[in-house]
Amino acid sequence: MTLTTDSTRAIVTRGGDGPRSARRTRTDLPEGRGRRLHLGRIVQPVVAVLTAVLLLGIPFWLVIVTASKNQAEALNPNLSLPTEWQLFDNFATVFTDGKMLPAFFGSLLVMVPSVLGVLVLGAMAAWVLARRSSRALAIVYALAISGIVLPPAVVTIVLLLRQLGLAGTPIGMICVYMGMYLSTVIFFVTGFVRTIPPELEEAARVDGASPVRVFVTIILPLLMPVLATATILICLYIWNDVFYALFVVGGRLDTLPLNLYQVASSGLYLQNWHLIFAYIILMSLPLLITFMIAQRKIISGITGGAVK
Amino acid sequence: MTTTLGLSKGAARARGIREFAASPRAKQDHPLWFLIPALVVLVVFFFIPTVFNFVYAFTDWSSFKSGINFVGWDNFVSLFSSGQLLGALWVTLVYAVLVAVFQNVFGLALALLLERDTPLNRGLRVAFFIPVIMSALAVGYIFQAMLKPDGAVNSIIGSIIGQPVDIAWLGSTTWTIVVVALVHAWKWMGLSMLIYLAGLKTIDGDILEAARLDGASWWTTFRSIRFPLLAPAVTFNVATALLGSMNGFDIVQATTAGGPGGTTELLNIFIFRTFGQGLFAQATTMSLVLFLLVAVLAFPVIRTLRKREDVL
Repeated sequence: MTLTTDSTRAIVTRGGDGPRSARRTRTDLPEGRGRRLHLGRIVQPVVAVLTAVLLLGIPFWLVIVTASKNQAEALNPNLSLPTEWQLFDNFATVFTDGKMLPAFFGSLLVMVPSVLGVLVLGAMAAWVLARRSSRALAIVYALAISGIVLPPAVVTIVLLLRQLGLAGTPIGMICVYMGMYLSTVIFFVTGFVRTIPPELEEAARVDGASPVRVFVTIILPLLMPVLATATILICLYIWNDVFYALFVVGGRLDTLPLNLYQVASSGLYLQNWHLIFAYIILMSLPLLITFMIAQRKIISGITGGAVK
Repeated sequence: MTTTLGLSKGAARARGIREFAASPRAKQDHPLWFLIPALVVLVVFFFIPTVFNFVYAFTDWSSFKSGINFVGWDNFVSLFSSGQLLGALWVTLVYAVLVAVFQNVFGLALALLLERDTPLNRGLRVAFFIPVIMSALAVGYIFQAMLKPDGAVNSIIGSIIGQPVDIAWLGSTTWTIVVVALVHAWKWMGLSMLIYLAGLKTIDGDILEAARLDGASWWTTFRSIRFPLLAPAVTFNVATALLGSMNGFDIVQATTAGGPGGTTELLNIFIFRTFGQGLFAQATTMSLVLFLLVAVLAFPVIRTLRKREDVL
């Protein structure tokens, strides 16, 4: 895992010339191949930029210009510039009409406890699952990680929350998210704990440290890289989730995706593309800014677990 | 991700992962009560609702009645005979396969295009990752606007071919599912790209050097050396795209909401719609169908893909 993380970090950070590109410039290459590579060096950036403009530039441009138009101009979203830029007026409108502030805090209210909860409970369970081996625990582990692929029972969970008196509450939503994403944390962390030499624990144990102390002072600090990866993934899922939120807290609690859904599907806003797109820009900003600041860590973290 | 699932003891040892004998020491050093909080949450909020699925699919639970009675296979029979069960199942499968294909083709193409470490490529990799961190619902609305008959896509095509175009991209009972799968693949292609890039990085440069000295072309090198060595990345990408899109909802809800004529109605869209109508038992039945579909497909898919890795 560490090896892969290093190599993926290299993708993002390492500058121009790896060993392969150095070999490419060797002089004993056949004449034609050299010319083709040279051609490739000119063609590749052109193709890459054109692809990005076509696949990313057009949609993002549409969002920005439409979000800057007035209602009449935005009725039929197109790529033309607005006659009058009113991006910030539209931001102000959705900020109040779309109840962005309550929605932002609603999103935080369910995301932060869910993430902290799955990290702590998942890390505790993963430590024991990684360090002990028995047939029973192998079955427990298989069941605990089955949630990675198996879809949650979204309808009956509402029934269960009603029976527990948690229907429509933030606590109910937090519990549902924890049940859904504990599997991911347990899977990632168990694999990581197995790479930590047990001698590190032994040293503390000889000094008489209890299991809780060993876990908190030795294991948890070592788990930080994998917990960071898990945090990023789960924040991404929960911040953008609308499906489970619609079932559990729809209409009772404001979250950013839920309010976007309301803004976009209520008849009042049906044709108000300028407001829908202004909302999309504002709601994407928190994750976008976080990503821009920490992109190297995020990218290497996400790819690190995937390819061994 | 999936590659560690079946890591054998031998493989684990080969990778320098230590094995532990279950000694009495290990038992008190790693007490089982550490498992309890996580297991309680998993059992209460994941496994019990799943078990409930198997119970309430056989009842007449709805918002129109106060009591809940067992009705046997009635829900399955009515959903089956109305064609909705097989319809939604088929749509979900087609969607998942299309997404898996498109997302991996785009992701791999982008990875190969942006493989060289130049400042431009590094910047573009970051740009292609932006859709991944955006809300899927937002992506759906953006493409709903782009794909309208008088939307941006048609006006661009029209200006290229020189005559007005008014294709209803989201209005075809045959092709809209393909369009929506393309949107889904667009959102996630950046993730596949990164994983393929990571896979390409792990390939030993000496092998490629040897191939080049033998006079292998770029395509031959890719087809017979690099692509087979990407097997772990393919496993991860195909499995996550296939199984993830079966559980899809946001993008389809935002673009077509299941239309036209129910031809893009995924199981989750059906569940959401019937739940909103108060037909809880029907929604539960479809939820159970989705669970069984994923459970039945997950293990063969992962095993088949992993077998390909073992051959290497």
